[in-house]
Amino acid sequence: MVSAPPAPKFVVENLSVQYPDGTESLRNVSLQIPPNAVTVLFGPAGGGKSTLLRTFNRLNDLVEGTRYLGKVLLDGENILSPKVDLVALRRRVGMVFAQPVPLPMTVRENMTYGLELAGESRRSKLVRSMEEGLRAAALWDEVKDRLDEPAGALSGGQQQRLCLARVLAMQPEVILMDEPTSGLDPISTAKVEDSLQTIKKKYTVVIVPHSVQQAGRLADWAGFFLQGELVEWGEGKNLFIAPKVKRTEDYVTGRFG
Amino acid sequence: MRISRIVTQRIAFTLLTLVMAATMLGILAIIAYIFLKGLPALSPEFIFSMPTHGMREGGIWPAIVGTVYLTLGTAVIAVPIGLLAAVYLSEYASDSPFTRAIRIAIVNLAGIPSVVYGLFGLALFVLFLGLGSSIAAACLTLSIMTLPVIISTAEEALRSVPQAFRLVSVSMGGTRWQTVWRIVLPQALPGILTGVILGLERAAGETAPILFTGAAYFLPQLPKSIFDGTMALPYHLFVISTQVPGMPVKIQYGTALVLLIFVLAMNLVATLIRSYYRSRRQW
Repeated sequence: MVSAPPAPKFVVENLSVQYPDGTESLRNVSLQIPPNAVTVLFGPAGGGKSTLLRTFNRLNDLVEGTRYLGKVLLDGENILSPKVDLVALRRRVGMVFAQPVPLPMTVRENMTYGLELAGESRRSKLVRSMEEGLRAAALWDEVKDRLDEPAGALSGGQQQRLCLARVLAMQPEVILMDEPTSGLDPISTAKVEDSLQTIKKKYTVVIVPHSVQQAGRLADWAGFFLQGELVEWGEGKNLFIAPKVKRTEDYVTGRFG
Repeated sequence: MRISRIVTQRIAFTLLTLVMAATMLGILAIIAYIFLKGLPALSPEFIFSMPTHGMREGGIWPAIVGTVYLTLGTAVIAVPIGLLAAVYLSEYASDSPFTRAIRIAIVNLAGIPSVVYGLFGLALFVLFLGLGSSIAAACLTLSIMTLPVIISTAEEALRSVPQAFRLVSVSMGGTRWQTVWRIVLPQALPGILTGVILGLERAAGETAPILFTGAAYFLPQLPKSIFDGTMALPYHLFVISTQVPGMPVKIQYGTALVLLIFVLAMNLVATLIRSYYRSRRQW
């Protein structure tokens, strides 16, 4: 007996995103993000990867006048509908940015910030999720004695893992990562990539990698974006070993980009 | 012949140093002069007792108390309003003709001569609202004069908080208010406090706005409510310098010195707050 494939976490249907200056960042993109896997969105700059990422948590909305066309379903519910509670959406869909931005407080306060925003005040719960988050981001051993130091005192690699850890502490369903290792050294990068392998068992991960090599290392599923269009979509390894579209092949073999 | 770059740099530095020295010299000269002339007058009795003999003897206690009242009253009115306005402009308002008009209004308000505020206060608070010449009317007038300073410095302080903090907070499910309250305001606080103190310092030192709205020539007792008039240091200084024949010079400079110390002390507090927080800042 073959079990049915799990329902996709996100279903994107004919999505176009237009910015107020008239530029169209995404054109008619359709794809499905599977749960409990790492989905990689890659391609040259300006391809629309980050825009798609920031559509999943509606962070594009911070640019006033952004317009969405089409549908994005999260567990079947259209998150582009004007009725969507953005605060609730962002609690389900966490994000790690390219540059580590520790909030100007202690490590501990960074870790409890998300849950406190959501109204959680039980100390035991806050402490537990803090430790879980730090462990999942492979940071616990390094900071367990430094929890009350300012987060800015950590090294760059530790700060970025803290950014991942504080999102994990919120126990979201999806984690978006926008070139999370672009400012990190190879060792820190490896630590982040390793932690993804455990994290994806519990979460849906969508990542914009900072290189094709990283895309190939991480992808369970992958989409290649070029100038706002989804050129090719497929199960990770295949897309890198045997791309079907010439433009994808040219990019992954380093002929442009 | 062209002057070499090193010589140009020397000349520029020398000029800048001279200009700075000239400025400093002016300030130091004023302070030193007032200290020298005023210090002999300073005594606990001068500070803590009522004026006597047509103000030619005794102390300036009611003027000091009055200035403290006026400054605190102005703070109570102007700080919350100014802060909320700054938060609105910096964190909530989008760039529209409306907000641009508000900003232009604020800039222009800051440039209005203080005597005009005095007349405006007389018309609106003293006469139209019937507050009479009182602490309340004077504080309201001083607040209007102080608001532009508080709003623009507070907005500046809020805007200087890195955008990335807001982005992170919102992406973690923070509402705009939670983000402002928990991240932006605490980070902007030193800058805001500096602006508040600088604004209040101006309020403490101005004569014209309180001239028609609450300052009294002489009162035999301290004000009992905010609807009483009050003596105040700057106006008292004006009175004893120009309106009272046979006034001892010592008392004039003593009063000037007390006012100067009052204002300089506020300035010092602002500087200390700013440098304390700057040394702790993580960005």
